[in-house]
Amino acid sequence: MLQVEHVTVRFDGRTALDDVTLDVGDGEVVTVLGPSGSGKTTLLRVIAGLQRPDQGRVVLDGRDLASVPPHRRGIGLVFQDHALFHHRDVAGNVAFGLRMRNEPAAAIGRRVRDMLELVGLSGFEDRSVATLSGGEQQRVALARALAPGPRVLLLDEPLGSLDRRLRDRLLDDLARLFAEVQVTAIYVTHDQAEAFALGDRVAVMRTGRLVQVGTPDAIWAQPADADLAHFLGLRNVRDGSVVRPEAVLVRVGGGDGNGVVLAAIRQGPTVRLVVSLDSGETLEALVTSLEHPEPGDRVSVEIDPAGIVELP
Amino acid sequence: MDRHRDPLSARAWRAVGYGVPLAFLAFFFVFPLAEIVRRGLGSGGGESPWSVLTDSDTRQVLWFTVWQAVASTALTILVAFPAAYVLGRYEFRGRSAVRALVTVPFVLPTVVVALAFLAILPEGLQRGWAAILIAHAFFNVAVVVRVVGTFWARLDPRVSEAAATLGAGPWRRFREVTLPLLAPALSSAAAIVFLFSFTSFGIVLILGGPAYATLETEIYNQAVRVFDLRAAAVLSLVQLTCVALAVLATTRLEARLAIRGQLRSERDVLRRARTLGEKLVVLASLGGLALFLGLPLAALVERSLAVGGGHSLAAYRALTKPTAALLATPWEAVLNSLVYATGATVIAVVVGGLAAFAIARSSRWSTRLFDGLLMLPLGASAVMLGFGFVITFDRAPVDFRSAPWIVPVAQALVAIPFVVRIVVPTLRAIDERQREAAALLGAPPRRVWREIDLPIALRALAVAAGFAFAISLGEFGATVFLARPDRPTLPVAIFRFLGRPGELNAAEAYALAVVLMVVTAVSVFLVERIRVRRLGWF
Repeated sequence: MLQVEHVTVRFDGRTALDDVTLDVGDGEVVTVLGPSGSGKTTLLRVIAGLQRPDQGRVVLDGRDLASVPPHRRGIGLVFQDHALFHHRDVAGNVAFGLRMRNEPAAAIGRRVRDMLELVGLSGFEDRSVATLSGGEQQRVALARALAPGPRVLLLDEPLGSLDRRLRDRLLDDLARLFAEVQVTAIYVTHDQAEAFALGDRVAVMRTGRLVQVGTPDAIWAQPADADLAHFLGLRNVRDGSVVRPEAVLVRVGGGDGNGVVLAAIRQGPTVRLVVSLDSGETLEALVTSLEHPEPGDRVSVEIDPAGIVELP
Repeated sequence: MDRHRDPLSARAWRAVGYGVPLAFLAFFFVFPLAEIVRRGLGSGGGESPWSVLTDSDTRQVLWFTVWQAVASTALTILVAFPAAYVLGRYEFRGRSAVRALVTVPFVLPTVVVALAFLAILPEGLQRGWAAILIAHAFFNVAVVVRVVGTFWARLDPRVSEAAATLGAGPWRRFREVTLPLLAPALSSAAAIVFLFSFTSFGIVLILGGPAYATLETEIYNQAVRVFDLRAAAVLSLVQLTCVALAVLATTRLEARLAIRGQLRSERDVLRRARTLGEKLVVLASLGGLALFLGLPLAALVERSLAVGGGHSLAAYRALTKPTAALLATPWEAVLNSLVYATGATVIAVVVGGLAAFAIARSSRWSTRLFDGLLMLPLGASAVMLGFGFVITFDRAPVDFRSAPWIVPVAQALVAIPFVVRIVVPTLRAIDERQREAAALLGAPPRRVWREIDLPIALRALAVAAGFAFAISLGEFGATVFLARPDRPTLPVAIFRFLGRPGELNAAEAYALAVVLMVVTAVSVFLVERIRVRRLGWF
């Protein structure tokens, strides 16, 4: 439905986007994952028509968008830090896109109520946006972008400015909402958890290039290169292959062992162990038991061959 | 985005935005100025222009003009800074009343300010450079308090707090964080005060006496008393050059110091004074300023009541009666002032508003030049404007001597720079992403302008209109040349009364000054009510 074809953008000689090609299907949610400065925001601005590509094109429903100005593209964008209209109240923000289409006032009122209900802000119509909390502003921004029923919804780090707990809650809400309204969406984030939780597919971006595009499972099962493996938290990289931490089996006692535990870090239900092998190598292991080796313990380490992933 | 904009209508609007202000300025400012130059430097009579320029008297006048303007600016900042700090950091009851009251001296006719200080200063200080500096500080304190205070109230306090966590003490935080952040507001306030002091007329004329002449009073002296048009013209050109240089320097400085997007809402910044020390600071700052501004004004009121050895309302009662000082009753002068000021406000807001939109849209050198050009009437001085009008629009086909709109036009010229300076920063502060968001929600470019730029600008324009109104009410230098004898404005009527002997005439002058003060305070107070918390510097 939406095709980004060989898009390149340069700013003063610096390449922000380098030959990026991405296909997004109808109703699909694609998350774009990458560190800051990797070109994610620029990609969204090109799709929205706010940034003109130096090369390549954007095609929506078979139509080249090159000559279509932003206000006729039917593409919604939730800005980083929201960019709400502070001179209008909540309802005025949400109604904006509907007014641009000259919809009758009654229809606008209904739609605004529906949208605010959808994002859980019923009754906030007359509130000034300046008085809202960060999470509430975020929801208004989302309702504003969704209200005109865009063909594609773009979201630029929408949860970036919020605290962790609020983020987790909004993440669940977003996943529910995407399923409910069946919107085609491109969601940009630097947060792996967000990207994997929301995306039907994840597009990993680095220095202006798409490194890998695939389902969360596919990317997790077969990272495109060592850097990506490392970015995903797979630290056991050796000789062109990755050893998954859950495939590193650690036992305490029983013979001399072949390594020493350096650190044991609890992460929710799992414990991450860092083990220094006698061979000089350092490996990370993941254990699920409540009882686990402590730092300083001498352990024997084995590797399950099924957990070794060859890098291309 | 630009390539999507309808090129024809965009060009048409640009033409209006630049064209109308330029045409207005060309006809009502450049044309009279050219006439002054032509009559002064053209063939016939008098000494050569060069001998005026190199005259030691001229050098003396120029030197005094510059140093008194610099010293006045420094003194004004010194006097205003504590109050600006309090307004910029603390929330307290009557805050908006303080902001409105501090503005009253700024819009008072300079003649009245000068007389108030003649009345209140001790014998030895009544005339001379000290009296001039103090009166300038009194007059200009509002500029610094409002510009700096309002800007200060929107500076994120967390930046200074961050410096504190990095080990900076209060003085270091002020010098290395707050002061650099305040620099844009401080420099633009200082620029305004400098220009006002440089071109100040009534105060210098009355408090300086013959020994302390500035360029402005000397132009008046040469044109009206000596009637040496050549000398007046040469001095006018010197003044215009100095002011143009100063304006150019400050626009460059302002562009370099401009900060975007770091400002916060006053609501997030201001807090109540909590400790005893803080409360004392607030009280002392505001109390000190209140005394400095209040005593001369109290003297003004006292004088308006001082009739026949005692105090009474006789002068106020006399305002409705005919007087030998005027060809109209003083009360009619009040109505004239209101009508003229309203007309001037409409002109200034339309012309200045159009220019502000054009200026805010671009930062090309041509736009900056346009911006600087619009500031020139500020420096050309009211006396020069009025004098230029009188010698230019006195013959067909441009004989406008008795046209009812000539006074509002002259007053609008003085007010336009203020309108531009108030509206442009507000427009520039609009986050570009707001326009992008509107476009993505389906708004075509002109609709974006109407939905985003216009509503925000309207409030700034309302504030600008209030200021234009107040300035036009108090305008004296140009109006005194142009107002018909049977249609005097308030300041002109006050001036006429002062030129007459007798206790009642003096008291009537002061009574009219009190009326002017009240009308001005009310209009400024109304502006204060509609102005947006979050936008605009004034």
